[in-house]
Amino acid sequence: MTRKQKTMLFRIIIGAVLLIAAVLVPYTGPWRFALFLPAYFTVGWDVLWRAVRNIAHGQVFDENFLMALATVGAFCTGFFGEGEYPEAVFVMLFYQVGELFQGYAVGKSRRSISSLMDLRPDYANLETGGEVEEVDPEDVAVGDIIVVKPGEKIPLDGTVIEGSSSLNTAALTGESMPRSVDVGESVPSGCVNLSGVLRVRVEKEFGESTVAKILDLVENASSKKARAENFITRFARYYTPAVVIGAVLLAVIPPLFMGGWGAWIQRALTFLVVSCPCALVISVPLSFFGGIGGASRQGILIKGGNYMEALAAVDTVVFDKTGTLTQGVFQVAEIHPVGMTEKELLELAALSESWSDHPISRSLKEAWGGELDRAHVGEAKELSGRGVQVQVDGRTVCAGNRRLMDEAGAECPEDTAAAGTIVHVAVDGTYAGYIVIADQLKPDSKEAISRLKERGIKTVMLTGDSKAAGESAARELGLDEVHAELMPAGKVDRVEELLKKEQRGGRLAFVGDGINDAPVLSRADVGIAMGALGSDAAIEAADVVLMDDKPSKLSAAVRISRKTIAIVKENIWFALGVKALVLALTAFGITGMWLAVFADVGVMVLAVLNATRALGAK
Amino acid sequence: MTKRFKLIDLDCANCAAKMETAIKKLPGVEDATVSFMMQKLTVTADEGRFEEIMDQIERACKRVEPDCRIVR
Repeated sequence: MTRKQKTMLFRIIIGAVLLIAAVLVPYTGPWRFALFLPAYFTVGWDVLWRAVRNIAHGQVFDENFLMALATVGAFCTGFFGEGEYPEAVFVMLFYQVGELFQGYAVGKSRRSISSLMDLRPDYANLETGGEVEEVDPEDVAVGDIIVVKPGEKIPLDGTVIEGSSSLNTAALTGESMPRSVDVGESVPSGCVNLSGVLRVRVEKEFGESTVAKILDLVENASSKKARAENFITRFARYYTPAVVIGAVLLAVIPPLFMGGWGAWIQRALTFLVVSCPCALVISVPLSFFGGIGGASRQGILIKGGNYMEALAAVDTVVFDKTGTLTQGVFQVAEIHPVGMTEKELLELAALSESWSDHPISRSLKEAWGGELDRAHVGEAKELSGRGVQVQVDGRTVCAGNRRLMDEAGAECPEDTAAAGTIVHVAVDGTYAGYIVIADQLKPDSKEAISRLKERGIKTVMLTGDSKAAGESAARELGLDEVHAELMPAGKVDRVEELLKKEQRGGRLAFVGDGINDAPVLSRADVGIAMGALGSDAAIEAADVVLMDDKPSKLSAAVRISRKTIAIVKENIWFALGVKALVLALTAFGITGMWLAVFADVGVMVLAVLNATRALGAK
Repeated sequence: MTKRFKLIDLDCANCAAKMETAIKKLPGVEDATVSFMMQKLTVTADEGRFEEIMDQIERACKRVEPDCRIVR
C-alpha cells in the first residue's frame, strides 16, 4: 500500500468506529444528526471538497459530486424521517472502501505485471581504458565494450568478444532452458548471464535494443483499445447523465401524482449512488492489461487489446512453412545408394560439393561430419542450373539434378518423388544413387496444429517450396489446406482469398518468421511473427510477437486471449446486470441506499478481482 | 512529435477517459492517449508549439482531475 492508501485506511477505520459510537448513543432529539457529523467528515471530507472544486470547473457529472449529493441528501432527508443519518455515513464509508480497494488492486496488478516485465537493466559495466565503470545503459554507445558478470542482466544488445556462458532468456521468451553463448555470437539485452564473465561489444544503443523495444511495446499496448473497451468508455459517457436525469425525474414526477416527496427523493438519491460507472470503466482495461501481462510472461507479446480480441475470434490460422513450421535448416533426410554403401555415396556427394558454400552443399558436408580430404578432389566445374562435375581420384563424378544425369548418360530411376531437394550422383556415367535433402519440421509443430484443431481452428500452410515437399509436410502435420509453389505476392493473394471466405465474426491469423512476409503480416487480421528474439523487423511488422520460435506458443496465445475476452464479457454483463437490477429495485422502492452502495462497491470489487484472473491465464 | 509523460495520482479510470477526450479536443493535438494502467500520457502534437500545447493539456487535465500531475 502507498502512504496515501494507508492514510485512507486509517480514516476509514476511525470513521467506522465513530459511526458505531454514534449509532450506540441513545440520544434521539433533534440534534441527533450532529452525532454523525464527525464520522461523516472523517471519511468523506475529501469527496466533499473535490465535489465543490470540480463543480467550479464545470464537471457536473463528476463522481465526487454525485456521491456528495447523495449523502448530503440522505442527511437532509433525516430531518424529515427518522434514522437516516447512519445511512449517509455508511454510504460514504463504503464508497471509500471501494475506492481504496480499487486503487490497491489496480496498483498490485500493475506492479505484478511490471515485475514480470522486469527487464530494464539498472546499469552497464562499461570498459574504458582498462577500467570498468558502472554507467547508465542509456549512456553506452555503439561499439563500446561492456562486461557482464554472472547474475547480471545483459544491458544492451551486442556480440560476445570474450568468454562463454549460458543465458537465462526466461524474461524474454518464457523458456526456462538456458541458452549457451560463445565468442562471436550475438546476445540480446534482457537475458540474465548465468555462469561466466562475458565481454560484449555493443551493437545497438539502449533505445534501439531488444529490452527497450519490448518495454515500449507492452507500455503502448494499452493505447490500442479493444472494441469492448471503446464500448465501455462510450457507454460511461451516456450512462451517468442518463441515470442522473432518471433520478431527477424520479424525484419530481411520481410525487406530483402520488405525493410522498420524502420517499421519492430517497429513491432518487439512491439512483445517484448507482450512477458511477467506475466498476465498468476500470475492469475492462484491467482485464486486458492482465491478459497482455500474463501472455508476455510466456514470451507472447500482444500489441493491444484489439489484437487480443481478434486472436480470441481467430478461426483460421495461415502458416508460412519455412522457418515457421520447419526449422529452415536443410538436412540430409534420405540416402538411396545404387551399387555402393550409403557412406560411400554420401562421401562422394560431399567431396564433389566440398568447394561450394550453397546451403545444400553445407548440409551434405554436415551430414558427412568428418574432415573431407580435398586432396582427392581434382578439377571442379559448376554447371549452372544442373549441378557440379568434379574429378575425384581420377573418376568423373556428377552431382546434381535429373538433367545432369541425362547429360552424363546415367540412367536414373523415374520414381523419386521425395519431399525435398534431390541430389543425384553419377560416377563415370553410371548412376550411383540419390540423396534427399529436406527442411526438418520443428518438434512441436505437429502438437501446435493438433491443439489449434481441437479449438475448431482451420489450419492452412503457404509455401514457396515444391508441391511434393509442401504436401508431405502438410500430411505429416495434419494441416487442413496447403498451397505450394507460391511467390511472396502469391501469398498475399492466397490470404486475400481466405479472408473473403472468412465467416462473419471470424478472424484470420497469419504466422510467419517476420522475414520477407511483412505484406502478408499486415494484410491478415492478426499478423503473428515468431522467433522475434533478435529480429527487429519481426517485432515491428507483427501485431503479435512470439519471442521464441515455437509454434506451440500460438495455441497458448489463443487460449489466453479467449480467457481474457471471456473475463471481459463476464465483467461487462455482470456489472450492467447488477446496476440495472438495483436501479429497478430502487425505483420500486424495494431496496434502499444501503443495498445500492453495497451492490455498487461489491460489483466493482468482484469485477476487479475477476479482472486480475486474466493475469494468471495460462 | 510524440512524447510520453508519467502521470502521478491518476486515481480514477473514468477520469482518465475524460482527460483523454478533453486532450484530444485541444487544437494542435493530433493524438493522445491516457493510459490508466500504465499511468502514462502519450501525446502526438505539433512540434513547434509542443510546450505551449503541453501547458494547455495541463490545464485541461487540472479541470478534470485536479489531483493528477503530469511529470514534464
